[in-house]
Amino acid sequence: MSSAVFRIWRGDNGQGEFKDYSIEVSAGMVVLDAVHKIQASQANDMAVRWNCKAGKCGSCSAEINGKPRLMCMTRLNQLDMTQPVTVEPMRTFPHVRDLVTDVSWNYKVKERIAKFKPRKPDSMDGSWRFQQSDADRPQEFRKCIECFLCQDVCHVLRDHHLHDEFIGPRYFVYAAQLEMNPIDSGDRVKSLKDDFGIGYCNITKCCTKVCPEEIKITDNAIIPLKERVVDEFFDPLAKLFKVFR
Amino acid sequence: MAEYPIHEYDVLVVGAGGAGLRAAIEASASGAKTGVVTKSLLGKAHTVMAEGGMAAAMGNVDDRDNWRVHFADTMRGGQYMNNCRMAELHAKEAPARVKELEAWGAIFDRTKDGKILQRNFGGHRYPRLAHVGDRTGLEMIRTLQDHGIHQGIEFHMEATILTLLKDGERCVGAFGYDRERGRFKLFHAKAVVLATGGIGRAYQITSNSWEYTADGHALAYNAGAALLDMEFVQFHPTGMVWPPSVKGILVTEGVRGEGGVLKNKDGKRFMFDDIPENYRSQTADTPEEGWRYVQGDKSARRPPELLTRDHVARCINREVKAGRGSPHGGVFLDIAWIKEKLPNSVEHIKKKLPSMYHQFKQLADLDITQEPMEIGPTTHYAMGGIQVEGDTQMSSVPGLFAAGECAAGLHGANRLGGNSLSDLLVFGKRAGEYAAKFAKERGAGKIDMAHVDTTAKLALEPFERGAAAENPFAVQQELQESMQKLVGIVRVENEMQRALEIIAKLKSRAAQAGVGGHREYNTGWHTALDLDNLLTISEIVALAGIERKESRGGHFRDDYPERSAEFAKVNLRISKGADGKPRIERVPVVPLTEDLTHAIEEQK
Repeated sequence: MSSAVFRIWRGDNGQGEFKDYSIEVSAGMVVLDAVHKIQASQANDMAVRWNCKAGKCGSCSAEINGKPRLMCMTRLNQLDMTQPVTVEPMRTFPHVRDLVTDVSWNYKVKERIAKFKPRKPDSMDGSWRFQQSDADRPQEFRKCIECFLCQDVCHVLRDHHLHDEFIGPRYFVYAAQLEMNPIDSGDRVKSLKDDFGIGYCNITKCCTKVCPEEIKITDNAIIPLKERVVDEFFDPLAKLFKVFR
Repeated sequence: MAEYPIHEYDVLVVGAGGAGLRAAIEASASGAKTGVVTKSLLGKAHTVMAEGGMAAAMGNVDDRDNWRVHFADTMRGGQYMNNCRMAELHAKEAPARVKELEAWGAIFDRTKDGKILQRNFGGHRYPRLAHVGDRTGLEMIRTLQDHGIHQGIEFHMEATILTLLKDGERCVGAFGYDRERGRFKLFHAKAVVLATGGIGRAYQITSNSWEYTADGHALAYNAGAALLDMEFVQFHPTGMVWPPSVKGILVTEGVRGEGGVLKNKDGKRFMFDDIPENYRSQTADTPEEGWRYVQGDKSARRPPELLTRDHVARCINREVKAGRGSPHGGVFLDIAWIKEKLPNSVEHIKKKLPSMYHQFKQLADLDITQEPMEIGPTTHYAMGGIQVEGDTQMSSVPGLFAAGECAAGLHGANRLGGNSLSDLLVFGKRAGEYAAKFAKERGAGKIDMAHVDTTAKLALEPFERGAAAENPFAVQQELQESMQKLVGIVRVENEMQRALEIIAKLKSRAAQAGVGGHREYNTGWHTALDLDNLLTISEIVALAGIERKESRGGHFRDDYPERSAEFAKVNLRISKGADGKPRIERVPVVPLTEDLTHAIEEQK
């Protein structure tokens, strides 16, 4: 057991400041344990969002020592404990209180993306047939726990505030999952170009770096989708053929 | 009288896990104006944690499987305490519900001929669990969420219900608050479906998320509905034990389904020493046969590690108490050993159990492909809950429905793994369907504003008492320690009586709980409010445990270690008496029909 200092953001609606809390820490603790301990013993009204404590629900997203991370998956022995550990809310989203932010914009974005539309069943009993190799690509995307850390870190949202024109990495992953779903018959490629701002992504890959599920967001979702947009709308040879058809 | 924003619905669903979402989708699809209240953000309910799979007798891997075998397995696992009508409906309808999820966008793992793959699990005779790696719960809730958001349902996220509203005997709505701003909200509904999950937060070591504070159980009980089978709490045998921060977090049964074995500190596979009589003919005689079974050999029988959870949990408990446990107070679960059998074992384990691999690597710094895991029993599931009618899922209060973990009956004295995820779909759908029908047949009821105002006043009292009063977190912690010690895996009369005394004292302290600060996202305040539910239901669990003087399924008593013929015939039903105290009755177990009796006999 030893003592450590946690520098936590306290405040409401965008106003606030860091407060230092000192607690005893022990082997195997994660940041969320420290926050809970502080909440239970020193700050009963501290606002923190959490749920499963096992990296599965995506509720406890925060910025720890400046890095977007899940609090329940950040072990203290991965941090420099000789310095105060800074714990802040996700800075890209409107601040509610202490470590809690308003992530409702994300939910509204999802509704704009055309939903899953299956093709006709492959078999008489109403079910489909496809191989595991067809399922592997979209299954990677469906691991997403909607922690919104990728949205938090993307400069198009965080710094340029293009929320009206850009859906963010999480929703490119969602669109990719639908487009690469072996039985989906919908087509979202035009929307990706016109309404969802896929052109704004300049492949800096910050999203991939922070994803706690290690989804290869840029390489496996965004770039293939960009390629589909280009193939359909910007391929000069294809355009030429269309003229002559 | 105060003014509150009123939300009008035909059907209100409380809880947005698998059961809640499925109920809301069904209600909305049948034309009912539907609202959903959820304590967490949408898509983050506890369902997200479920790993193993959804049990459905589709017969994709072994065509000997059908609903009758599934029914018989569920009844045997439940020690015949189950509501057999619910078990019948569940076995019959689960396949359709699973296929429906695929039609809504779920992508399950596949068999070689492209069908939905099914895996082995404890207590299931044939491989039956449709799954995606070890994240099936996430797949289910995400699929329901992505489908549900396009159905015209209104979602109230991060809101908690404080009380149900009644007009005479009938439930006509609910009253609660939103956690972000702390403002009260009134829901006027023609029918209400409770889908609030379990009670695990009453215990110190649990796999359950923070939400599981027995809300639905307490809401229903306080509204006059009967609860059933409250003594049957499932302690999942394999929860993490180290480090302390992850104590209780689930290690899926799927590890054992892929060949993981249990060993004590001497390296012995102790499960082979203690195979119960009624499972002996279905269980492997040798480790070799057990391995062949998990590899898909249809002539082999399952290893004893895949016996029912209550039995495995007790065996582990026994090894630990006898001093043969692992360094941190559990036993060893070893899947790394399969490298002796499979050349690509490391890849295989990472592919089939990715989130287990990730969980142990990240949280315990352990590589499960190389070393055994330390695991021990953890409070996991409440078989008991709100008593409901099998077909409609309506409780004893007209207009009040319940589905999922907060409802009782399907699982009897012990739940089989995989049966919960399919339970959510089958009975979520039925609850939504019948709630919508009820709403259509009745008009709206009248709201009792006096009750609403009283509730609001009581809810705000912790602020008046202030931060110097009782710390709600401390009261919760003491309750958890007491329940863990006194009403846990192995129970005894005087300890459960002691628990009742402690709970009574904690109730007085909770009534004096105070918080500082203001109402916006004040988690101390929320905890103080949730405490009432936990205490009410903990008392009932202890009372039911004392009343059932036998051991059966998840309820094990050191002072009555055998099953009794007398208690085999009854469920314990608990409702609020006229004096405000819990009243226990013994009610006969739902009788089997002739056909269902045959279904059971066929599998013996």
